[in-house]
Amino acid sequence: MKSSVIVFPGSNCDRDVSVALEKMQFKNQMIWHKETKLPKSDLIVVPGGFSYGDYLRSGAIAGKSLIIDEVIKAANDGCLVLGICNGFQILTETGLLKGTLLRNKNLKFINKDIQIKVMNNQTRFSNKYKKDQVLKINIAHNEGNFFTDSNHLEELNKDNLIAFKYCNEKGNINDSANPNGSTNNIAGIYNTKKNILGMMPHPERMVDNLISNTDGMNLFSSLLN
Amino acid sequence: MKITNQIIEDHGLKQEEFENIKKLLEREPNLLELGIFSAMWNEHCSYKSSRLHLKNLPTRGKQVIQGPGENAGVIDIGDNDAIVFKIESHNHPSFIEPYQGAATGVGGILRDVFTMGARPIALLNSIHFGSPNHPKTRSLLNGVVSGIGGYGNCIGIPTVAGETKFNDTYNENILVNAMAVGLADKDKIFYSKAKGLNKSVVYVGSKTGRDGIHGASMASAEFDENSEEKKPTVQVGDPFTEKLLMEACLELMKDNSIISIQDMGAAGLTSSSVEMASKGMLGIELELDKIPCREENMTPYEMMLSESQERMLIILEDDKERDAKKIFDKWDLDFVVIGKTTGTNKLTLKYNNKIEGEIPIDALANKAPIYDRKWIRKKISKKKINLKKLKKIDIEEALIKIISSPNHSNKSWITNQFDQMVMCDTIKKSGSDAAVIRIHNKDKAIAVSVDSSANYCKSHPITGGKQIVCENWRNLISVGAKPLAITNCLNFGNPENEKVMGEFVECLEGIKEACEFLNYPVVSGNVSFYNGTNQKNIDPTPVIGGVGLINNLSRPVGHNFKKDKSIILLVGKTFGHLEQSCFLKENYSIFDGMPPEVNLLNEKNNGENILKLIQEDLVLSLHDVSNGGLIVALSEMAMSSNYGVKIQKPKKLSNMFEYFFGEDQSRYILEISPDNSKKVEKILKSNNIYFENIGITQKEYVEIEGEFKSSVKDLFKVNNEWYNTY
Repeated sequence: MKSSVIVFPGSNCDRDVSVALEKMQFKNQMIWHKETKLPKSDLIVVPGGFSYGDYLRSGAIAGKSLIIDEVIKAANDGCLVLGICNGFQILTETGLLKGTLLRNKNLKFINKDIQIKVMNNQTRFSNKYKKDQVLKINIAHNEGNFFTDSNHLEELNKDNLIAFKYCNEKGNINDSANPNGSTNNIAGIYNTKKNILGMMPHPERMVDNLISNTDGMNLFSSLLN
Repeated sequence: MKITNQIIEDHGLKQEEFENIKKLLEREPNLLELGIFSAMWNEHCSYKSSRLHLKNLPTRGKQVIQGPGENAGVIDIGDNDAIVFKIESHNHPSFIEPYQGAATGVGGILRDVFTMGARPIALLNSIHFGSPNHPKTRSLLNGVVSGIGGYGNCIGIPTVAGETKFNDTYNENILVNAMAVGLADKDKIFYSKAKGLNKSVVYVGSKTGRDGIHGASMASAEFDENSEEKKPTVQVGDPFTEKLLMEACLELMKDNSIISIQDMGAAGLTSSSVEMASKGMLGIELELDKIPCREENMTPYEMMLSESQERMLIILEDDKERDAKKIFDKWDLDFVVIGKTTGTNKLTLKYNNKIEGEIPIDALANKAPIYDRKWIRKKISKKKINLKKLKKIDIEEALIKIISSPNHSNKSWITNQFDQMVMCDTIKKSGSDAAVIRIHNKDKAIAVSVDSSANYCKSHPITGGKQIVCENWRNLISVGAKPLAITNCLNFGNPENEKVMGEFVECLEGIKEACEFLNYPVVSGNVSFYNGTNQKNIDPTPVIGGVGLINNLSRPVGHNFKKDKSIILLVGKTFGHLEQSCFLKENYSIFDGMPPEVNLLNEKNNGENILKLIQEDLVLSLHDVSNGGLIVALSEMAMSSNYGVKIQKPKKLSNMFEYFFGEDQSRYILEISPDNSKKVEKILKSNNIYFENIGITQKEYVEIEGEFKSSVKDLFKVNNEWYNTY
């Protein structure tokens, strides 16, 4: 399976995600943001980091960069797109995903391991997980507080478009398990066609037992399925 | 413009220094030249008070590739891998403007590391604040922590370890020390020494603004009530540009275009150009009208003294300009040839084809003043503390008092604001004795730790100096690493005060002795004097940053208990030294007395043999015993695991508090599987190492038989409480 990782100035999880992809046997290439042509890919990854220094608003400038038109085209043609952390923020800026990411409720950057629950295991991104499986996964962001309007929220619930929710170790979804104030504890969402996933936690950080755990691996192996 | 006495004073120069400048120039300097002298001759850049003493430090060893004198130190970790590292202070700017001060501290030290061709792989910090009750502390703490995080998180280098301390002594002068560690190919290290005549001098990175003018001079004076006015001397950081600059420089370093490279840190363009020329015994000519400026009508004086961040100076090989420029264009960074190397041995500054200033390089570098400051030895405190006269307290109460105090409570509320995981090689992070970072794609890792003990250094500087080196060494041993070398950040008060100077000299004596004995050389460092306000100096606070090597990653070892019913060994002798302990500080506010003695022979023997036990896979977990003593160390092991511990009181116990809270050095706690206990005991005995079998691990409770039994959960709770109520 061919993957492309988009590299913006200020991306800093691009190497990490490419290491994870290659470990999972993807044929990966890095695509510089000034490119105007995207090679044929089965998966496009918009990685985490601080694209354009998060200036103006996280993801705002990257959302207008040269390569992004190509990403939008490919996504609309059904290509799989994964946006992680800053990548999620960028996808909401392009309109590929609805909603937005506000500053964390405590107004501080948060880096720690938290738990998320797999809400839908019937997608290209999640078919290797069990339904309601609880994953321990790392978050690292300043603006991860997912917010959206009530219509979109209804659509997310009705069409099963919520990918992950923050939960505690036992899988309970409640306020105390919500690290950043996200609406309904939402940690990741799909678009209507479920070919685009945006998520704040970092699955690429969870593919190695020496460093953390391997809870992120099934996300990548689901894609290979 | 006539140089008046007032102008000389405003530049932080002494009258006799000005006379010296006139002699060296054989004329009066103009204002630009005076500014340049002041930038090069201030304490921060010239090390004029410290140089005489620094040269006594051991800086060599088989593992050392580059010792002090370059942008950072370089050590060999085998397989053509080199580790490049350095620690630096940003105390003064952080007190005036905590966010930017701390952020640019991180930015500056990162540049020192990637300038040498290394990709930074870890950041550490040592930050010291005044009393939590002091009105400034909360906002300074908040600003510094956000600043460190803001820079490191954005550039994408994990902040993996550090220490945060509170003490009245820093009420009016906080300390912010940042350390960066990078990985380079041993055969591709870049240096600042210029070579060759008529080579292009290239300016890359951010544009020059008016920020940070005289920053280094500001950092070379005490504070007073007008310090707020110095805000404009603090630089403003842009981690995004630094990320681009780092990637562009590392890309350029892949081929052979660079002759020498130097970041523009303290004293900006002045010190970078002078340093390159001085090391290469060359001259350098700059055309200042070519400098990319971000503000209008900047004068040569402002350009030469600006400390705008994220800039580099590069001397390029002939005919490499076009290819090099392409790389910087790709990263949207300025790339301008602003001058050339010359054979004149002078710094020549032209503006609109007119020479605005010309100074012999030697006068700025080698002929900068060196002072043999007066110093006196510390009087040894003879005060003895009579424990019997103190009010009664039980062990559990004393333990809780310590682990719930601002200094000993859990600091994850700070470290969670730093990205510790980015780059995906962080095996152990803050909270561990030392952080462990894997060498990317390889089966080996480095361990890093920063340590300080200002109260020990204050009460007896020689012992304090020895102790911090040993503690740092021990922390690396505790994660299974062979300690290789250190960097130091020497934070002291006013060197013109003979007591302060004495503290400096004696601390260095201690550091030297320990480093020599442990074969633990100093490869880089920084001195920060004039930490104080209105003649009140801070306690001497040398900070040691150490790097060690772990050659096998199959068995990472940490300080969390692993199993039920394991045997607990206390290695190293307990004498029960309570003076200068957390026990007396936190429970009785007693700050008198000597620090615990440091026996280098035992330190080395204990450490080396423990390392062997770890390498032979005989240790389940281990922790060094430091501040707070035995019971605090045991509680820390329990709080980071799912197990507790049951300790038997030794039979012959003159004083329980001395035994459980004494801060005797060179001690470790080992968790050993019962199957291995005979083997371990035999190895320890045959190496003449004192040890005691003190108990076993158990579920849920930390317990001293017949004294107290606390649930690990409760201890964890009190350990994490302080910040929530602050």
